[in-house]
Amino acid sequence: MVDKPSNTPEFPHPEQTSARLNPLPPLDPAGQKEQTPTTRPELPILVANGLVKNFGGIRAVDDATIEVAKGSITGLIGPNGAGKTTLFNLLSSFIRPDQGRVLFDGEQIQQLQSHQIAQMGMVRTFQVARVLSRLSVLENMLLATQHQTGEKFWNTWFKQKQIAQEERQQRERAMTILESIGLLHMAHEYAGALSGGQRKLLEMGRALMSNPKLILLDEPAAGVNPTLINQICDRILTWNREGMSFLVIEHNMDVVMSLCDRVWVLAEGRNLAAGTPAEIQANPQVLEAYLGQ
Amino acid sequence: MTGFSLADFLAFFTPGNLVVLITLTAIYALFSLGLNLQWGFTGLINFGHVAFLTLGAYTTILLSLKGLPLILAVVVGALLAAGLGLGIGISTLRLREDYLAIVTIGVSEVIRLVALNEEWLTRGALGIPIPNDLLPLGELTAPNFASRLFMVAIWTAIFAVGSWQLWQWMRRPPDDRGKPIETTSPPAIPPAKWLWGIGVGLTGVLLYQAGASSLLFNYSYKSGLMLLVVLVVALVYWRLEVLVKSPWGRVLKAIREDEEVAKALGKNVFWYKIQSLMIGGAIAGVAGAFYAWNLTFINPDGFIPLITFYAWVMVVLGGSGNNAGTLLGAAIFQIYFTVTRFALPALVPLDDARLGALRLMVIGLLLIVLMMARPQGILGKKEELTLGR
Repeated sequence: MVDKPSNTPEFPHPEQTSARLNPLPPLDPAGQKEQTPTTRPELPILVANGLVKNFGGIRAVDDATIEVAKGSITGLIGPNGAGKTTLFNLLSSFIRPDQGRVLFDGEQIQQLQSHQIAQMGMVRTFQVARVLSRLSVLENMLLATQHQTGEKFWNTWFKQKQIAQEERQQRERAMTILESIGLLHMAHEYAGALSGGQRKLLEMGRALMSNPKLILLDEPAAGVNPTLINQICDRILTWNREGMSFLVIEHNMDVVMSLCDRVWVLAEGRNLAAGTPAEIQANPQVLEAYLGQ
Repeated sequence: MTGFSLADFLAFFTPGNLVVLITLTAIYALFSLGLNLQWGFTGLINFGHVAFLTLGAYTTILLSLKGLPLILAVVVGALLAAGLGLGIGISTLRLREDYLAIVTIGVSEVIRLVALNEEWLTRGALGIPIPNDLLPLGELTAPNFASRLFMVAIWTAIFAVGSWQLWQWMRRPPDDRGKPIETTSPPAIPPAKWLWGIGVGLTGVLLYQAGASSLLFNYSYKSGLMLLVVLVVALVYWRLEVLVKSPWGRVLKAIREDEEVAKALGKNVFWYKIQSLMIGGAIAGVAGAFYAWNLTFINPDGFIPLITFYAWVMVVLGGSGNNAGTLLGAAIFQIYFTVTRFALPALVPLDDARLGALRLMVIGLLLIVLMMARPQGILGKKEELTLGR
């Protein structure tokens, strides 16, 4: 899918871009500590060991291991059918692993429900961007905030003032994030009216809105035109500088090379290699997996 | 065949008949509001909504026969209906959504058959007549002038709030999605809205004066019941509007749109669906109590699956996911049914059974035409249909 050039908002003038991509407001103070980038070695934010998943007779993920260092952008690549998206589903508990464990921020999470994992601060996006069509873009953003007072039934009876105040704060925060991803002018439109690329941006913004510790991005650049790819990469790098960790599945090698600190390669459900982007590019096994013999 | 005369037709609009019409509309509106929460806002396909109505009706009546105060009996009925929602939810919500549709229709039949066969409890097909003193305000045979005035005051207050809501709706811009209005002067009201506004407003005035005059000059328990059920509908409508506009309602709508997204954003989808089923069920349970009081008699024949689909027609007619639309749908449906019951025999030379079938055929046809011309329902938003997923 290629966006038509008439979609002017996605083709900002270079000078406008820098103005629009102004830095984000500080994230919620509670989550601030973990999110400051740090140089000293630390426990990785996410570790998965020996993950196995069978679908009938097909072993989609076979003893896969992956690590995401705190404050890093970690890439996950592999040929089609390598099990990358399945691995994502296992990490976020959308599918239960048959074997293996997942440690997020020092806690075992493979037995948790997917919504509990999101509440702990690991939020995922989808390969084909999924937006809530008949809600406005702003409502899509507001939904993402965790632990809202107004999401409990009885609080809508007895804590209306507090709810209204929270909504005001979250609205402001949502508007700032929307501005940083260039969707401010669409805030009150239906999310279903967005183009494919804008949906990708909205998904990322929504993930950020939930104030996570780690964002899993499933092919953020797939089906997006080059200008918008730059904008998306720019966003990821900016948020990363502000302390956010990312795990990114991506087929576009330019994107992987320019973004990632470390890359894991998966082929036929197994780990093939791991290393810096340069090492991976020079690895003959990886080339073989991608190009065949 | 007798000629159809306008006088015959107009003779129908006596305050007594209109009170019955208002009461029926309000009972079905309450019932459908519960379904609208489940289907319109949460996207749950509930084809057995009548189960909640049955449970609410039988519980209220049986408990009040045992001497429990009416208000407590209704509350227990609503709680049991909510419990049924919990049971259905726990057993089916982890399955795919079409299973929910099948299970709910099955549950509603099971409940009706239990009511039919457990004769020691429900007297089976014989049914239970409700004595006058167990009807709400039933012992109030001849209220004094002051209390009648008080009731008219409540009636007037509801009418005033309703009129205000109607006016607000007319002034709202068509593309309202919570956007602050930029212009200082509100936009002009389009002619179609004037037409609807005046039509609904005039009908409202007619119904209001019928209700008021029956409360004031011609009091019977029917007038009292009308006031009570309309009051309950108004309160439930108000609470539902607060709920669906709260963050809680936003989660429900998110589940309707794409539950995977709601999960990925940390929402306990399962629990929200259960809440929706329980609250919608409790509302239908309360509707069941009024349903029984209005008939002053219950037997299992009153709770056939067709009642569920009446509610579906009302919700879809007005526009799914729109509480005001559900009220409008219930009103149009009931007005159609009551008026044709009266006018059709004068127009068409058929016996009663065939006329009944004809009325259903016509409403089916109307629904098909509406769905072709306006698939989003009367108050639904057209642009929502053109959105990609």
